[in-house]
Amino acid sequence: MSTVAWITARGLFGRRRVLLLLPLPILLIVLAVICDAAGVDAREWGAPVIVGLGLAVLLPVVALIVGTGVLGSEVDDGTIVHILTKPLPRRDIILAKLGVAVVASAVTAAVPLFVAGVLADSVRFGLALAVAAALGAVAYSALFLLLSLLTRRPVLLGLVYILVWEGLLGRFVSGTRVLSIEQYVITVGDRLSPATDILDPKVGLPVALVMAAIFAVGGTLFAVNRLRSFSMAGETS
Amino acid sequence: MTTLTLQNVSRWYGNVVAVNDITMSLGPGVTGLLGPNGAGKTTVLHMMAGFLAPSRGAVTLDDAPAWRNPAIYKQLGLVAEKEAVHGFLTAREFVNASAKMHKLSDPKAATEWALQMVEMTDAADRRIETYSKGMRQRTRVAAALVHNPQVLLLDEPFNGMDPRQRMHMMALLHELGDRGHTILFSSHILEEVEQVSGTVQVMVAGRLAASGDYRRIRRLMTNRPHVFAVKSSDDRKLAVALIAEKSVNGVEIAGEGLTVRAGDYGSFTRALPRIALGEGIRLRKVIPSDESLESVFSYLLEA
Repeated sequence: MSTVAWITARGLFGRRRVLLLLPLPILLIVLAVICDAAGVDAREWGAPVIVGLGLAVLLPVVALIVGTGVLGSEVDDGTIVHILTKPLPRRDIILAKLGVAVVASAVTAAVPLFVAGVLADSVRFGLALAVAAALGAVAYSALFLLLSLLTRRPVLLGLVYILVWEGLLGRFVSGTRVLSIEQYVITVGDRLSPATDILDPKVGLPVALVMAAIFAVGGTLFAVNRLRSFSMAGETS
Repeated sequence: MTTLTLQNVSRWYGNVVAVNDITMSLGPGVTGLLGPNGAGKTTVLHMMAGFLAPSRGAVTLDDAPAWRNPAIYKQLGLVAEKEAVHGFLTAREFVNASAKMHKLSDPKAATEWALQMVEMTDAADRRIETYSKGMRQRTRVAAALVHNPQVLLLDEPFNGMDPRQRMHMMALLHELGDRGHTILFSSHILEEVEQVSGTVQVMVAGRLAASGDYRRIRRLMTNRPHVFAVKSSDDRKLAVALIAEKSVNGVEIAGEGLTVRAGDYGSFTRALPRIALGEGIRLRKVIPSDESLESVFSYLLEA
């Protein structure tokens, strides 16, 4: 593991902020277990719990907390300067931070989704959800990492994307779905477990894969370029 | 030898000019960047360290641009003003991480060397968040020093240090300067600069108001009287003889000794021993009493 990744991981898991990652996965598992134990039909609870909570809230919110935590918090408190004053290619710094963010948010989101998927349908559906969530984690992390470099309020902007763009506009304005990572995740999950009719894909698989790649690669390249021009404002206190 | 050069550098934010057409060249030794708060010192340091693009002009380290060029950090270390450290690490982990990111051949040895330089070896295994401000500052200096950079930039390094730590930091900067490193530190506290370095770059309102040896700068400003405290075997007799000297503007008999105001530094310092010798007076003390940086600074501000 590179030193940048090591510091990033220490910073992420060493802060109290990491506790924010716990409630949503626990809630998802608890809801799935209750529904399953009560004998509720999976077609009734599957969509609201797995899609409504798991894919629309859990995955993006976890990715937001982690994605802005690996870089945004360091930009905020100025510790990023210690990493930037090293003769490291900026690409390596971004990739190390992105790697930590992807692994942390993929694991946090995929495990409860896998459990819920198994309870709702089958192991295959659980695995499909886990793989789709991991793919979503890559795209979300790249986006939120980039937001940390574009704005001083990455969490706010990220929430606007999740709640307004994906949550509100995605429901009523069909055109916005092409730019919704949530929709790519649903499409990929559905394609990996086609027999399950809990997921209701709105975009085609090619669109989902290409757009997810554009978010991931484009966001990363843009972030690398932004980090090259990282400026410190001259504070005239 | 590494030279840090600013060539006609300006930096503005919207309509506000923070740095206005500065040209300077820094070689080995300790230089103080002096100026009141808001003069643009931090902006200049950030441009030197590659953390800000100049709006106009060029900042180069041995002809390589500082902006968008991480390779300069092989030769440059920065201790920023903002007291930002990874508090969850110990000083040893923190400095060692810096050494590793510099891809040094023996990061452990470099870490121990840097910790020793700043006298932080004893507390190095405690988490940084438990440190006092001075200890954090020294840890940051150790991290910036770990790759033994040719150039070290420090923004207000003495802030929050107690007198003993201050003395130690000054000694450290001196030592590095004597070894041939290029050290630039900023300060708005005159005594700090005075004690650490004879060379100053004075910034006032975004402009370079003066640069060079601060005593020489003072002498150049001949339109202001230079004040000397003089003690001799016969102060009154000396006062009479001095008032006849052209370069002397005024003499005052203070409680002990004389206060002499001279218009021309050079002529007066040459004339004084000649006059004393001629009158048979023994000089006991001659001290240029307003040569502190404080007075240099206030003259520059008035100008």
